[in-house]
Amino acid sequence: MSSSHDHDRHDHSELTETELRVRALETVLTEKGYVDPAALDLLIETYETKVGPRNGARVVARAWIDPAYKARLMEDATKAIAELGFTGRQGEHIVAVENTPRLHNMVVCTLCSCYPWPVLGLPPVWYKSAPYRSRAVKDPRGVLADFGVALPDDVKIRVWDSTAEVRYLVLPQRPAGTDGWSEERLADLVTRDSMIGTGLAGRPGDLA
Amino acid sequence: MDGAHDMGGVAGFGPVVPEPNEPMFHADWERRAFALTLAMARPGGWTLDMSRFARENRPASEYLAMSYYQIWLAGLEQLIFERDLVRRDEIAVGHALHPAPQRPLLRAGEVAATLARGAPTEREAQAPARFRRGDRVRARMLSTPAHTRLPRYVRGHVGVIDRVHGCHVFADSSAAGTGEQPQWLYTVRFDGRELWGPDTSAGEVSVDAWESYLEPVEEGSAPR
Repeated sequence: MSSSHDHDRHDHSELTETELRVRALETVLTEKGYVDPAALDLLIETYETKVGPRNGARVVARAWIDPAYKARLMEDATKAIAELGFTGRQGEHIVAVENTPRLHNMVVCTLCSCYPWPVLGLPPVWYKSAPYRSRAVKDPRGVLADFGVALPDDVKIRVWDSTAEVRYLVLPQRPAGTDGWSEERLADLVTRDSMIGTGLAGRPGDLA
Repeated sequence: MDGAHDMGGVAGFGPVVPEPNEPMFHADWERRAFALTLAMARPGGWTLDMSRFARENRPASEYLAMSYYQIWLAGLEQLIFERDLVRRDEIAVGHALHPAPQRPLLRAGEVAATLARGAPTEREAQAPARFRRGDRVRARMLSTPAHTRLPRYVRGHVGVIDRVHGCHVFADSSAAGTGEQPQWLYTVRFDGRELWGPDTSAGEVSVDAWESYLEPVEEGSAPR
């Protein structure tokens, strides 16, 4: 974090209007006793280094190898995910939706940027962007094509628009050729996009 | 409000462009704006729905021209100015100039527990659910200048109750400052062609809708 911080500083000999506004806001709020700068650092560190799609990958890999866990995940994902220690903000009510050979799920938030933070971290820019938010609900195959993914015509695409406080996690299909793989190795095949539904889980050959 | 944020189905935004190896933040000010937004909810006392409305409630041209964290920053400033926690002259000089009434503070030692706890929105039901799984419902034709979470693209369309999520804090009232007023929340599933006509690649699309967004569809529904 500190190296990219320095990088930002060196790249801009003059601060932009936005940078000045944010800096002024933080200074004034700190002077007034409304924010603790150490708390800000911790919030950033949490989402930059601790919470991310590796969490979701562990959930998916566990569901792939443990049928009882998968049953709990499909029944009450919030609780099943908490078993692995992932809880809290923007994941208070999670639902897992399973991909099958006939059904592919895709998750979007057309109104803002709702996303299951405890399992996927903060959303990427494209997820929050107008192209994705506008098109996912109308032309999900076109969106998949933007990601280089083509599904057979007989696969139905189901899009979940996160318009309330329920957050959705896609359970991708387990790749062929992974029989007997450990949970850790399987987790390496679970990409962030496969848990949003804009991608598929990696294949065994994808791992170097 | 029927604003630019309500993007479902709008044409002309171009392809989705994923960024390989995307960093979590693209500038240091984004980090600070993100953290300030999370931390200020405690002293500010606003709800998540209020902060969503503060972000979306702006001219369409402005909303579409701003980056994601620029929208967050503008929303945060609006919430802070509305409550007179900070004044514009203080931002201009970059220092506190006016007295600051004491407010609760999110301390560093509380961050982990606060995040882990989150803010669950489910509440105990005060009345039975009006709809059951499999019921056909129509999304009401609702249009309001205030905050709502019923997207335009489903309004007036008929779908099926797919899941019943329990009673949840009602976003519209929570944003308006009129309390939680919990309502039953449902996942409503629509056939893609019901929403878009035949030329859609969406097989089914669902939204999560509070009970007052929905009305029953009686005619032609299968007997139970």
